[in-house]
Amino acid sequence: MSRVMGVAPALEPERPRRRALAPLEPVSTRTRLVLGVAFFILFFAVWSVFTLGGFVSPTFLASPVTMAKEGWLLFTEFGFLHDIGMTVWRVLGGFILAAIVAVPLGIAMGAHKGVEAFLEPFVSFCRYLPASAFIPLLILWAGLGEMQKLLVIFIGSVFQIILMVAVIVGNARKDLVEAAYTLGSSPTGIVRRVLIPGAAPDIAETLRLVLGWAWTYVIVAELIGSSSGIGHMITDSQALLNTGQIIFGIIVIGLIGLVSDSFFKFVNRRLFAWSALR
Amino acid sequence: MSPLLSIQGVSRTFVSPKGQVTQALLPVDFDVQENDFVTILGPSGCGKSTMLRIVAGLDHPTSGRVLLGGRPVEGPGADRGMVFQSYTLFPWLTIEQNIRFGLRERGMPEAQQKERADYFIAKVGLRGFEQHFPKQLSGGMQQRTAIARALANDPKILLMDEPFGALDNQTRVLMQELLLGIWEAERKTVMFVTHDIDEAIFMANRVAVFSARPGRIKTELAVDLPHPRHYTIKTSPEFMDLKARLTEEIRAESMAADAH
Repeated sequence: MSRVMGVAPALEPERPRRRALAPLEPVSTRTRLVLGVAFFILFFAVWSVFTLGGFVSPTFLASPVTMAKEGWLLFTEFGFLHDIGMTVWRVLGGFILAAIVAVPLGIAMGAHKGVEAFLEPFVSFCRYLPASAFIPLLILWAGLGEMQKLLVIFIGSVFQIILMVAVIVGNARKDLVEAAYTLGSSPTGIVRRVLIPGAAPDIAETLRLVLGWAWTYVIVAELIGSSSGIGHMITDSQALLNTGQIIFGIIVIGLIGLVSDSFFKFVNRRLFAWSALR
Repeated sequence: MSPLLSIQGVSRTFVSPKGQVTQALLPVDFDVQENDFVTILGPSGCGKSTMLRIVAGLDHPTSGRVLLGGRPVEGPGADRGMVFQSYTLFPWLTIEQNIRFGLRERGMPEAQQKERADYFIAKVGLRGFEQHFPKQLSGGMQQRTAIARALANDPKILLMDEPFGALDNQTRVLMQELLLGIWEAERKTVMFVTHDIDEAIFMANRVAVFSARPGRIKTELAVDLPHPRHYTIKTSPEFMDLKARLTEEIRAESMAADAH
């Protein structure tokens, strides 16, 4: 009887899935930390094997041990702290100048379509001018002093910030703007009390991103015509074939970037707690 | 007595970028008296929201005009409070700050703002949630805040565009009772757009039925049920009778809309 009726074949009992391999499955904070550190260890291990094992000539690539020694020497003998200070100062100076100019302009462009139509084509064009290509020109204009370094960072950051802020502000929620109008807001009130507070978390996030880019510009600026800074130290070390110092310099840049990025993230989360709510 | 709100020959056509013309609203004439609770009932896409938006000043009529207290409406303003279907609380402000938004915009002194906000927070039953952010509240609580925010501004008329449309049924019924209770106490003039027949009858003293697109007002029906109304009224013979009539009207329009 049952054969005539046809019985659906019994399914095998479902095996517990291996959740760690499932896509989008979150991992615990501890696992995340362990995995993150593990890669650094792996990286240094491979590096050590190649250099200490004698597979690569020390002229081209210093071993981690040499690098650490050279790094110590940089701080104790060569006043590397001063170089770091100069570089940080330049990045922050150029970046803050750019932000002061760009954020209000971006807000004006995002809020007022006329301003956007006027400035957007020009700014979009400028955005693709490579900041490093301006260095020779800036040396002519501003000499080899600090002004030239600041200008490189400024040019590299300002147009990016303007455009990104304009897009953020322009994407404001239309229904919130309408709600504010029905509550009696004036056009100025809309910009100041709806558009700006609504865009603030994303603007802060943009600034964090562009600060990362500013770090790459500063090193380029310091490679040419500079007498201090991390980039200057790297050029000097190249002349002396001291790859240990070069690598140490690069790692220091990475570390400072990581620290400033985490700090920025922390501050943003503190200031804009509401935007993290779901 | 001259009406508080007078909609005179208001029509609206939309022209698409390709030049296609859609008539959303045929010329509408409609008056709302002071202390009225009018519901605008119609199938979705019939132009009833367009009319409400024109009254709010968020959209412009192609022809005709809207008068509020005898003065023509030129744009949005604090004299016409609005509650939207979508959640439009400012997510960066707390519940209390949201309710104070309009008061701050008009430069009311802090202490007075606080006092008014407290009154309406209590009115919509949100005491204890003043310092919460909107995203920490349920949809129903957010819409209650939106009602309080609009009322705190003391508008001449409260415009409501399917404010409970996104809520689950149980919450919606509770919200209707809450709003009706506030209206019975304050007699604030309300114009309420909905496609829900029960909702339209339960709160209103007048129901205007919209036709399918292009929209116009097809029928007007007085709702003479006594106040205060209790939810049990929904099963009374008078209510059922009104519901039967409106169901018939709406059914014809929904079918017409569907045929398009």
